Amino acid sequence: MKEITSAIQLIPLQHYIILSVTLFSIGMMGVLFRRNIIAILMCLELMFNSANLLLAAFSAYHSDPSGQVFVFFIMIVAAAEVAVGLSIVVMMKRNVESVDINLLNRLKW
Amino acid sequence: MVFLFYFLSAIMVISALLVVFSKSPINNVIYLIICFIAMAGHYILLNAQFLAVVHIIVYTGAIMVLFLFVIMLLNLNKAIIPQKSAATRILAVVTGGIFFLVLIAATRQTFVITPRYAFTSEIGLVANVGKTLFHEFLLPFEISSVLFISAMVGAVMFGKRDHTSDEL
Repeated sequence: MKEITSAIQLIPLQHYIILSVTLFSIGMMGVLFRRNIIAILMCLELMFNSANLLLAAFSAYHSDPSGQVFVFFIMIVAAAEVAVGLSIVVMMKRNVESVDINLLNRLKW
Repeated sequence: MVFLFYFLSAIMVISALLVVFSKSPINNVIYLIICFIAMAGHYILLNAQFLAVVHIIVYTGAIMVLFLFVIMLLNLNKAIIPQKSAATRILAVVTGGIFFLVLIAATRQTFVITPRYAFTSEIGLVANVGKTLFHEFLLPFEISSVLFISAMVGAVMFGKRDHTSDEL
């Protein structure tokens, strides 16, 4: 138990930054890569969570719980975002009978 | 214990890549759940025990089940959606790689971290997070309930069958 709670002192903060940058890039790549709107929402969740991880890492390095409260607020916003986003997906499926984002290109021009 | 960090990071990156590259929506959700469980392990390593529990409950317990529920409700696991063209896909990967390199280069040497407080391993316990939440962040916490109500109303509005749009 003692090793787990003090393991963070052995890992440099740079490694957490690199990990969350990697996850954010993968999420952004997924948003550009996929056509399924549900997969795009999942990649958005990935990007949210990379920011969460970085906030928790900085909070742990400064020994300040404010960062963890921010992560809590981001989780609240993500839950609300997913509820609205998935209801938009249901509405889209009902109106155009598909979840392909290329069918929603009328907003592009 | 340092080994655990690299192990969890490898699981997270591989399953995140599989979320992007596997085709079936059900597999995407499963890989994302694996990624989130590994992230809960990271939170425990970061002494954020409360966040680890909330992350498991909220993300893997509620949000991912909601995704699965919508996929099964709309019967999307059989729907074939054509992929983007090869050029667009290659450009997406290149853009992601360049973005990654730029962020790495920007954050590589800029941060000199000097901790604000002396190290304690108890910041993530429920007592400490709760004290901070209800002393310094009480007003944002109450306002987030308004956000939730508006999200609920919005979800019901979108989910309701709209009789005026039948002619579209």
